[in-house]
Parts: sequence; structure tokens; C-alpha cells
Amino acid sequence: MQTWIKIGLLSDIPRLGSRTIETEQGQVAVFRTSDDEVFAMFNRCPHKGGPLSEGIVSGRVVACPLHNWVIDLATGEATAPDKGCTRTVPSRLVDGAVWLELKAGRQVSHG
Amino acid sequence: MNAHSRQKLIVIGNGMAGMRTVEELLARAPVRYDITVFGAEPHPNYNRIMLSSVLAGEKTIDDIVINSREWYEANGITLHTGDPVTGIDPATKTVRSASGLVVPYDALLLSTGSKPLMPPLPGLELPGVVAFRDIADTDAMLEAAAKKQRAVVIGGGLLGLEAAWGLKRRGMPVALVHLMPTLMERQLDVEAAKLLQKDLTERGLHFFTSGQTEEIMGADRAEGIKLTDGREIPAELVVVAIGIRPNVDLAKAAGLEVNRGIVVGDDMATSDPSIYAVGECVEHRGQIFGLVAPLWEQAKVCAARMAGDDQAIYVTPALSTRLKITGIDVFSAGQLVAQDEADEELVYRDSARGIYKKLVLRADKVVGAVMYGDVEDGAWYFQLMRDKADIAAIRDRMIFGQVYADVSCKGKGGIDVAAMADDVQVCGCNGVSKGAIVTAIKAKGLTSLDEVKAHTKAGSSCGQCASVVQAILAHTTGEVVEAKAAGLCGCTDLGHDDVRREIVSQEMKTMAAVRAKLGWRTQDGCAKCRPALNYYLLCAWPAEYVDHGQSRFINERVHANIQKDGTYSVVPRMWGGLTTAAELRAIADVADKFNIPTVKVTGGQRIDLFGVKKEQLPAVWADLNKAGMVSGHAYAKGLRTVKTCVGSEWCRFGTQDSTALGVKLEKLMWGSWTPHKVKLAVSGCPRNCAEATIKDIGIICVEAGYDISVGGNGGIELRGTDHLVRVATEDEVLEYAAAFMQIYREEAHYLERTAPWVERVGMDYVTARVVEDAAGRKAAAARFLFSQKYAQIDPWAERVEGMDAHEFQSLAEVL
Ligand code: SRM
Ligand SMILES: Cc1cc2nc3c(=O)[nH]c(=O)nc-3n(C[C@H](O)[C@H](O)[C@H](O)COP(=O)(O)OP(=O)(O)OC[C@H]3O[C@@H](n4cnc5c(N)ncnc54)[C@H](O)[C@@H]3O)c2cc1C
Ligand code: SF4
Ligand code: FES
Repeated sequence: MQTWIKIGLLSDIPRLGSRTIETEQGQVAVFRTSDDEVFAMFNRCPHKGGPLSEGIVSGRVVACPLHNWVIDLATGEATAPDKGCTRTVPSRLVDGAVWLELKAGRQVSHG
Repeated sequence: MNAHSRQKLIVIGNGMAGMRTVEELLARAPVRYDITVFGAEPHPNYNRIMLSSVLAGEKTIDDIVINSREWYEANGITLHTGDPVTGIDPATKTVRSASGLVVPYDALLLSTGSKPLMPPLPGLELPGVVAFRDIADTDAMLEAAAKKQRAVVIGGGLLGLEAAWGLKRRGMPVALVHLMPTLMERQLDVEAAKLLQKDLTERGLHFFTSGQTEEIMGADRAEGIKLTDGREIPAELVVVAIGIRPNVDLAKAAGLEVNRGIVVGDDMATSDPSIYAVGECVEHRGQIFGLVAPLWEQAKVCAARMAGDDQAIYVTPALSTRLKITGIDVFSAGQLVAQDEADEELVYRDSARGIYKKLVLRADKVVGAVMYGDVEDGAWYFQLMRDKADIAAIRDRMIFGQVYADVSCKGKGGIDVAAMADDVQVCGCNGVSKGAIVTAIKAKGLTSLDEVKAHTKAGSSCGQCASVVQAILAHTTGEVVEAKAAGLCGCTDLGHDDVRREIVSQEMKTMAAVRAKLGWRTQDGCAKCRPALNYYLLCAWPAEYVDHGQSRFINERVHANIQKDGTYSVVPRMWGGLTTAAELRAIADVADKFNIPTVKVTGGQRIDLFGVKKEQLPAVWADLNKAGMVSGHAYAKGLRTVKTCVGSEWCRFGTQDSTALGVKLEKLMWGSWTPHKVKLAVSGCPRNCAEATIKDIGIICVEAGYDISVGGNGGIELRGTDHLVRVATEDEVLEYAAAFMQIYREEAHYLERTAPWVERVGMDYVTARVVEDAAGRKAAAARFLFSQKYAQIDPWAERVEGMDAHEFQSLAEVL
């Protein structure tokens, strides 16, 4: 079952940066843009699985740390000329708290 | 028609114009002639224009072959290479070749090109003196460049400049002597020529303008040149590129009408109606030629005539010029300056960005254009000029470019191919219009630039219009192509030097200020410019600027090297490659405690621990810190390693204590941030066991002191160091090394290692700054020490203390 889960505060994530969430389906990266928008997606680059959370964020894209593919934060799509897509996770910002729509877990713990 | 009734055509000269004529002829009348080609050079025909690119290392000889031997065979052409024709006998209609062949013809085509103009200078015959015309000349230059000799180029026109730049790119110190006060005076006005000279000087070329050569010095081979004003320029290679002269010897001997060139009429026939001539060897209505565009026109007309079309007429087209030096944009066409009161000049000048544009107008028509720095609209101005278009309506805006002049154009910057008329000539070399390209793309279903080149020839000669051709292809097929980013990255048009200069002169101290004041197109910058800006600010304001972790590549942000599986490697410093039993024990303990899968001795004389998980990093560092070890910055655009050999402490050949000096250098420089990584080595004697001559700074100890050399690189492109200076004491080594480091830090482009930087600015420049200017050296070394006060803090210890804790913990677990 998918459900909305509060995973932390916006202020926990550095601007133009990212934090990770451990889930049963794998690691999720949550990004914060310079305009305080929040995006989330599984933390695997469509190229060779690089950890996107470690990339440089600018505008609404992140550059993968391994071979520099540029991934659109909103859609998870690689930008041209590269082709591929990472699964995104719906996210919401409510009163400074970040919520993700994830498979319900039995337990949520905050790091 | 069977083979026996075919007419015999002989072509003399296997060059660009001759073979283009043959190609045109095959397209029009494939079976009319039995064709025999004689070429003096031992090669099939190639793109002579591209010799400049071969010299500069951007192309190989194989890349520039136009028609391979298989092509001649497939078209039934008999090809004699390396066999020049030595005589023509119009009476018996035969030619004779150097190898003794005598071959009869019905029609003859002369396409012997031109010869380099050689001034009557003493010493011209010495080995080491070359022209720049063919593959043999290019090979001779490359050979000299491989020996890292010095070169002087005589002649500051297109050819001389391209030769000088190519040699410079190959790592030679290059001086250029030009008779006139400004470069390319036939194509550029004084202002554009000055900008050109300034840019090329910044790239490390040395100019002697208004310089007249008196003699080439040397006993058995060239040793340099002497100017009439007494100045001497030492050089082992002398390139003469002062001009060309039509190659008319054969025609003259055969009794054809010859003036400066072989005289031809509008039908491209010589004074003997069965003999045609095309290319640089001809003279048409008093004019001779030096660029390919008119030759293609000649080839068309000549082929049409030979195929039986008696209407075809040759008219010399208007010509435009570009210089093929990567990163230098020059365009000129028509008149360079106003010639009388009826002429007017429109000028746009942006000296900070190095942009200059000038249009010469006469009676509301464009009669000339000179552009420097931004040549995007060159093709458009040229078209207006050739069309003799009335520009009264757009006169007040046209200098800003087509986009501004034509309000109906919606394109932002770049070339608006949608708005381009079908008859606009896109490829000047080959005379191909936009319409012809679109038609070919549609009719033949072309999808790549190479295919378009192959089918239309657009973009296949000098290559300057390739980006426009690409844009037309994209527009026609509906594919998106990325706009080409100039300068630092796509966020700005400024270059690295501009940005560095403005940061200092406008005292900008944050990235946001730089982006706002310098007009960045993006709010945040991008993954390319942010790390560069972060470094430039850090270097300019070491005491004040606050480092921006989110603008650093992951390795520098978390102070470890990311691996392909997302784990990290950890490399502690081992000063000068020295270690102790206690350090090794601590490393062993860490490896055991954290289950580290791989422990390896690196190529940099220290130990690497691979496969550490990100969340383990602070704990691993804490243990290493306890044993006195700090980060080795194996991830940094900063000081990496200082390799040493054992030196005089133990080695029977050692002349100085190279190990101790290496440790001192590493203690001096660790922690510094630099444009790219920096590696040092110190060897105790010239046997050079520490491989100092492929390092950014290499020290070789000798009995009399220390030889310092710089700019070496063992990486992707191997480069040996250049010798900087010999000094007597260790303290001097430290001072010179610190000064070199600081000047590199302050002036190189981000991600430019010392090797390409030294090549770009030239060793003379480095020597002037670090060796000859003692006060400047001391000041630079002091600036380095000042910035080190803020840099020499172990990043591992800071993070063990809790800095950036968010980097090493996950935000939440949902399990
Ligand atoms: C570990 C090591 C290989 C080894 O097992 O020995 C190594 C490993 C890497 N090298 Fe290296 N290089 C290592 C010595 C060298 C050397 C030898 C030397 O320093 O004497 C060279 C040639 C010398 C030189 O730099 O001129 C070398 C030339 C390169 C280059 C090409 C640099 C160039 O200017 O062309 C790269 C690519 C780059 O930096 O962009 C590179 C990049 C890399 C990277 C960082 C690739 C990457 O981005 O992931 C590797 C990361 C390893 C890691 O995670 O620790 N490595 N690399 C060596 C670490 C030395 C150290 O103690 O710090
Ligand atoms: C380095 C360089 C860069 C250039 N860059 C540009 C540029 O950017 N743009 C531009 O428009 N132009 C450029 N040019 C000029 C352009 O290359 C020439 O205009 C063009 O090659 C002339 O063609 P051609 O056929 O007349 O002569 P060539 O191409 O020189 O062909 C003549 C051939 O005839 C051969 N030959 C001579 N005598 C005999 C004989 N007796 N028997 C048999 N063979 C003989 C020669 O060996 C030569 O191979 C450049 C030239 C050089 C050298
Ligand atoms: S040579 Fe260097 S960069 Fe290449 S695989 Fe080995 S360690 Fe990696
Ligand atoms: S894994 Fe992301 S670019 Fe290669």
C-alpha cells in the first residue's frame, strides 16, 4: 500500500543538496533546490546505478557523480543526448516538513 | 560509347581544384573521357586546407584524404603519384613525366596550384627552413616539434598564423615575424588585427611586427634569423609563409599565354583551346587566387565546358575569410575600411569581452565586414553584401546581429536557420546554399552531419560552417541539438579569464554576486561553472570566502574518492612517501576493524583503503587521526603527492637529501586548492628514480644544487617538464615552487593542469614571472603562504568533530 510518510524537515536537507532515505525497495534520494522545492527519486542513476544523491544540483537537475549524466529532478528522465529514466517518488512540503508517498513501512526512524 | 572512342584527358596536378574538376566531370559526363592524373606528391589527393589542423594535432593525415586510391580505381582513373610532369608538347599533344612516361591527350587540364613565395634571403637553403604547403612540409614541422625545438615563422597572414599556432600547440616556443605593423592586414583592419595579436600573445605566441628579415643564420643548419634592425631570434625551425606564386613553369615552357598566372578566359580554357586550367595556377581577368571558394566555381565551369556545355561562364564570387585557430573567431569580407566620404562605417566594440564588429556601407548597401570575437552573423552580413541588399530599414540595429535586426525572427542568440532564406550561402568553401542542403536532407533522408557533408560537400572543406549545417539538419529533421556553449559553460558567454579578472576588480566575494553582476543566464549556475566559481573565489579571497560544499564534486565535498559501487576509498598522507611501523599498524587495525576489502599501495607512494561505506568514513578517519595521520587529499584539485627517492641518506649516488626536501615541500603545500590536481617529485640525482620530470613540479638534485622543472604530466597526454631554473639551496627551492604554484593558482583555468597551462602561456612567460622578476616571485610566494594559513586544516579531523554530519547519515529509514 502506498501512503504518505513524513520523513523529516526541509531544514534537514542542504539547499542545492540531498539526503537519503532507506526503504524496503531501496535507497531514495530527496533533493532540495535553491528555491526550496523538494523532489525525490530512487537513488540510482539510469546509466550505471550511480548514487544521484551525491551529485551537484542546479536548477531542477542533478549531475550524476560517476559519469555526469544530467537527470531531471521532476521527471527522473536523463537529459539529451543521454536516454534513461529513474523512478521518482511523489513528494510534498507541508509546514516545513517533507512527506513522501512510499510503500507503507512498519516502522519509521529518523537519523 | 565504347572505351576506344573515349577521348583522353590528362590532368596535371592531383590537388584540390584539379580533382574537384574531375569529380564534377564524372557527375556530368561519366564516360566521355579516359582520365589519367599525374601528381607530383606521393599521396592521393587530400584537403590541403586541413594541413593546419593536422599541424595543430586536431586531425591526422588519414582524416584529410579526399579521394582514396580505391576511388580512382573505381572510377577508372589512371593515377601516377610521385611522378611530376616535366614537359607538355602542344604540337604532338603529349606530356612527358619525370619517370619517362610519354602520354598522349585530346584534352589537358592544368591544375598545378602554386608555390610558396621564397624571399631571396641568405641562408634560405639551410636544413631547418621550410614552407607550409604540403604534407612533406607539415611532416618536417612535426618532426621539429617532436624535438621541442624553437620555431620562428616569417609571415603574419592566414597561413603564417595557422602555422605558428599549430607549432605552439605542439609544444614549441614560437616567434612570428611580420613585415607590416599589423597582422593579416589584407583581411583585417587595424583594430581587429590588434585584438587578434593580443589574444595570440596571451596564448603564448611572440610577435615581431614591422620586422624585416635580413638573413637566416646558421652554418650547417638554421640557427635563427636576424632582422634588419639588428634583432636576432634564435630558432632551429624557420617557417617561411609570406605568400604564394602561381605555379606556371610547365605552361610557360609549353608556350601558353602566361602573365602572373596561366591566363584563362571565362570558359577556363588557356590560349590553347584543348588545354584548360583551374586553381591557384590561373589568372582570370587579371586576378589570381588563394582561397578554395572561387576554385570550386572554376571547377564547375571547366567541367561543364569539357562535358560539352558551351554556355558555362566563370565569374569570380565575392570572398570571405576566416582563420582556423580553435577559439579565435575572425571574419572578414569585402572592404575593410571606408575609402572616401561616400562610405560609412558602423562599429560595435566591447573591449571587456574582446568583441569588435565593423560594417562598411555605401549607398545603403554592405560593402565590407570585419568581425572579431563574435562572428555568428558573418554569413548574414556576407549574404547582404553579395545580394547588394538595401539595408536602410535595419541600419540602426543590424550591427547587433540578425536576431535584433529582423524583428520577425524569434530565435534567441545562435543562428536562426528557420528564418534563413533558401538562397543564403551556408558553406562558403563549396558554395552550398541552405536550400541545397535542405533538399538533399529531404530527398536522401540524411540524418547525420557526416552524411550531409558527403552528399552536399557543405562543411567538408574548412569545417567552419559545420555548426550551421548541423542546425539546418536539426531544423529539417526536427531533432533537437544542443546549442554550443562558449566560454566557461552554457550559463555565461564569459571566458575563464574574464570571470577571474572581474572577481578581483569588482571585489565580488560570493557566487551569487558573480552570477548577478556578470549576467549569468541561470539562477544557480550548473555543475560546470559552480565548482570553477567556488575555486576562483577561494583563490581570490582566501581569508574571507566561505567554501560552498554543494558546489564541489562529491569527492571534495566528503573528502574521499567515490568508487563505482558508491563506496569510498581512503588515502592518508605519507609525507614524501615515508611511513613508520606505527602508521602501518594503525592502517592494519583500521582495515581489520572496518572489514576493508582491499588495501593497495598506490602509484603515489602511499596506501589506499578501498570499499569504505560512506557512513563509516568519520570513524575510519578518527582512528587514522589518532595515529597522527591526516587526509592525503587523493580526491582534491589540490596538492596530491610528493614522491621522493631515498637520496643521499642511503643511496650511493644521491647528491642531496631528496626525501627530506620532499617532506618539506609536502608540508609547505598540503591542503592547498588548485585549478587541477598538482603532483610533485624530488629525485636525488639525474637517474631520477622519483620520475620528477613528469610531475607538475619536479626537482632533480645535482652536486651544485637543485634543478627545478615544471609543467610535466604523466596522465592522458604524456609531457616532460620544462626546465625552470637551477638553485643552490633548499630554501630557494621552496620559494620558487611556492611562487610557481601561486601564479598557476591565480591564472590557470579551472580544470587546467600545469602542463596545458604552461603550454598555453609559454615557458618564457613562466620564467619571466618566477625567475627573472625576483620581487614578483617573493610576493607570489608570500601570497601562497598567506592562503595556506586558511587551507592547512585537516578536513578529516573537522568532520570527525561533527562538521557536515548530514553527509554521513541517512535522513530516515522506512522499513
Ligand atoms: C589510486 C591511484 C591508482 C593506484 O592504485 O595506484 C589512482 C586512482 C585514480 N586516479 Fe590516478 N591514481 C593514482 C596515481 C596516478 C598517477 C601516478 C602518480 O601520481 O605518480 C597518475 C599519472 C601522473 C599524473 O597525474 O600526471 C594518475 C593519473 C590520473 C589521471 C590523468 C591526469 C591527467 O592529467 O591526465 C586521472 C583523471 C583526472 O584526474 O581527471 C586520474 C584519476 C584517478 C581517479 C581519481 C579516477 C576517479 O576519478 O575515480 C582514481 C581514483 C582512485 C581512488 O579512489 O583512490 N589519475 N594517477 C593512484 C593514487 C595516487 C595517490 O596516492 O594519490
Ligand atoms: C596550410 C594551408 C591552409 C589553407 N587554408 C585555407 C582555408 O582555410 N581556406 C581556403 O579557402 N583556402 C585555404 N588554403 C588554400 C587552398 O588550400 C588552396 O587554395 C587550394 O589547395 C588550391 O588548389 P589547387 O588545386 O589550385 O592547388 P593544390 O591543391 O596545391 O594542388 C596542386 C597540385 O599539383 C601538383 N603539381 C604541381 N606541379 C606538378 C607537375 N608538374 N606534375 C604533377 N603535379 C604537379 C602539386 O604537387 C599539388 O599537389 C590553405 C592552404 C594551405 C597550404
Ligand atoms: S588508471 Fe587510474 S583512473 Fe584508470 S582505472 Fe586505473 S586507477 Fe582508475
Ligand atoms: S552512473 Fe550516473 S552517469 Fe554513469
